[in-house]
Amino acid sequence: MNFGFTEEQNLLRDQVARFMQEACSMGKVRELMASDDGFDAALWRQAGELGWLGLTLPEEHGGIGLGWIDLTVVLEETGRGLSPLPIASQALSAAAILRCGNDRHKADWLPAMASGEAICTLSLYDDANWIDPGAITLTGVAADGGLQISGSKPFVADAMAANYYLLAVQGPAGLCLAAVSRDQVEVAPQQHIDPTKPMGRVTLNDVVVGDDFILPLKPDDLAYLTDVGAVAITAEMVGAAEAALNMTNEYAKDRIQFGKPIGQYQGVKHRLADIYVDIESFKSLLYYAAWTVDEAPNELARAASLAKGYASDAFAQIGIDGIGLHGAIGFTAEYDIQLYLKRSKWARPMYGDSDYHLDRVATLGGL
Amino acid sequence: MDFEYTADEQAFREEVREFLAENLPPKAERGKGFLATWLTRVREKGWVGFSWPKEFGGSDGGLIEQTILREEMALAKAPPLGSSFMGLAWVGPGIMQYGTQEQKEKFIPDILDSKVTWCTGYSEPNHGSDLAAIQCKAVREGDNYVVNGQKIWTTGAPWSQWIILLVRTQFDVEVKHDGITCLLVPMDAPGLEVKPIENMAGEKHFAEIFFTDVKVPVENRLGDEGEGWKVTVSALANERSSIGEVTQMFAKLDTLKDLVRESTRQGRPAREDPKVRRTIATFEAKIAAMKYNGLRYLTKQIKGEPLTSETSVNKLHRASLEIEMDDFAVELTGQAGLLLGGSDEAVDGGKWTKSSLSWPNVVIGGGTPNIQRNIISERILGQPKD
Repeated sequence: MNFGFTEEQNLLRDQVARFMQEACSMGKVRELMASDDGFDAALWRQAGELGWLGLTLPEEHGGIGLGWIDLTVVLEETGRGLSPLPIASQALSAAAILRCGNDRHKADWLPAMASGEAICTLSLYDDANWIDPGAITLTGVAADGGLQISGSKPFVADAMAANYYLLAVQGPAGLCLAAVSRDQVEVAPQQHIDPTKPMGRVTLNDVVVGDDFILPLKPDDLAYLTDVGAVAITAEMVGAAEAALNMTNEYAKDRIQFGKPIGQYQGVKHRLADIYVDIESFKSLLYYAAWTVDEAPNELARAASLAKGYASDAFAQIGIDGIGLHGAIGFTAEYDIQLYLKRSKWARPMYGDSDYHLDRVATLGGL
Repeated sequence: MDFEYTADEQAFREEVREFLAENLPPKAERGKGFLATWLTRVREKGWVGFSWPKEFGGSDGGLIEQTILREEMALAKAPPLGSSFMGLAWVGPGIMQYGTQEQKEKFIPDILDSKVTWCTGYSEPNHGSDLAAIQCKAVREGDNYVVNGQKIWTTGAPWSQWIILLVRTQFDVEVKHDGITCLLVPMDAPGLEVKPIENMAGEKHFAEIFFTDVKVPVENRLGDEGEGWKVTVSALANERSSIGEVTQMFAKLDTLKDLVRESTRQGRPAREDPKVRRTIATFEAKIAAMKYNGLRYLTKQIKGEPLTSETSVNKLHRASLEIEMDDFAVELTGQAGLLLGGSDEAVDGGKWTKSSLSWPNVVIGGGTPNIQRNIISERILGQPKD
């Protein structure tokens, strides 16, 4: 029985934290926020060289051969600094190829993903707030040698940075993932609440995607990808929530009102304690969920829903209270706490909000 | 990370299960002498004071084995391991750490043998959460302390034989934590009067205690004079893994789900009601969080890393769950949920109704939630004391 990290995982955490401090600090993040694609090729290359982009890929495909606990460590730390790098999208695309692809897909695509040469993103649902096969509405019809697809995916994470896309499509023989490259699609940025998480609309105009680029997506594959998506997002949420707490906690020690640090007032200190309790709790649920991905797949659905179901609303409230406890300064564009509020709102619906996940917990628990 | 147990740990779990199969008959089949037999058997196994050192009659049980033992006992809904909850939880550990040889020989065996039940005299009429401000007074006269004053909310006082008592032996102190002394007092001491207080559930579990010139021999002082606060704090710091509680709460959640399946709301099955489903799932998320928080903290302990006050996290979850789960059951079942036992319409014999009035035992008894929040904010987050 050991519910802790290995020495190697602790070293990995230190390495990512150092990278975030030195190469991708908040100044850099704000620079990327102002750019069109939120992407920095040099940082991305560095992440590839450090092995973070192939962390969960087998060694035979150029990866490191580690697991989801290790990936969780990386995403917690990049989430802590609100990194806009599309590491989660890359990892989820890799999970999709490992799960749904054939040997050739894996051999052809995964090495380029591990190095970072291919920047890949995954888009499953087209409905704004529905986790269900019926929420995939982009349709493909049979064409000579493949599927002809017309229409768009409205909510594609990291769409501007990516050069490859895995898009869920209703095909003639059921759901599938269509792998398309940047030159086959039109990408339009979506202006949205969190500038550290670029998102865009990807449109296909009568694009014929060859059979070799179509991966079957069975219902349990879709469920799996949704669950690991929830795990990845929750990992980023844990790091971001801890950063928001840390920032607010330090501010409460320094800010003097009525002659005392505001952290001395129970209205402030108790809220900070409750935030700590919530973060500790969804962190523990996250670690368990990440562990199930590789070690206990039968428990993944419940574990992912417990973690994301708890974290979605808790983090959203932490974002709000982070501003509230700061007061007016928290409301300014210049101060970083506001970026965490935005991240908390962005993360809430991703791969299912708390209503979805808690309802599923009830179902899985026999109600 | 792994959740596997070693072969030895598995074997220990099997041993506990076999013991339970042999020694824990179904409730209906338990005769009059069952509890006495149970207490003797678990004592023979060395499971009372399992974590205590062997020299004091314990078993030197390791952290994982303790967890396994508590988990299996909770799964089987077994009676407690020993009749003196407080004796085992902090009086015994306090005596082992601070007691004289005579005190150890006099008190420890009786706690392990379930011969003596202890209560804890901390709170006073004006000092509950602010424990260090106590005023109950003891004056040294020759070989005795003479105690005068009052304690209140003393759980178990009506049936306990001994009390671990905090008194003030010095009043002119700069820091209120100084000048406090810890005494071990028999409840039948002349001048000690117990007046039970009825709680809102109609039970008489706690009491007021009045001390009028109660003579306590100096040999019954635990630790040095004026060191009572230190004795208390380190005894209460015997934080235990919450895994047994978690197992009990999962079991309670299961019975709550049964209740949901049998209930209707507005004429429709309650299990289809989104609010009902979300509430149940929220309970499950909190209990599961307690479980994995507990395992994370246990891992830290096993690695020899100090726990600060992380256990306050689970105490806060437990407090809210104790209140909310019973309250939910009462609300779910509408007017029937108001009925106590004795009526056909009463839900599960009125058990939810009754326990919806009993949560302060747990929620207030071990330090109120706001005290736990202070602990987290000050000791973990480093905020200034208020």
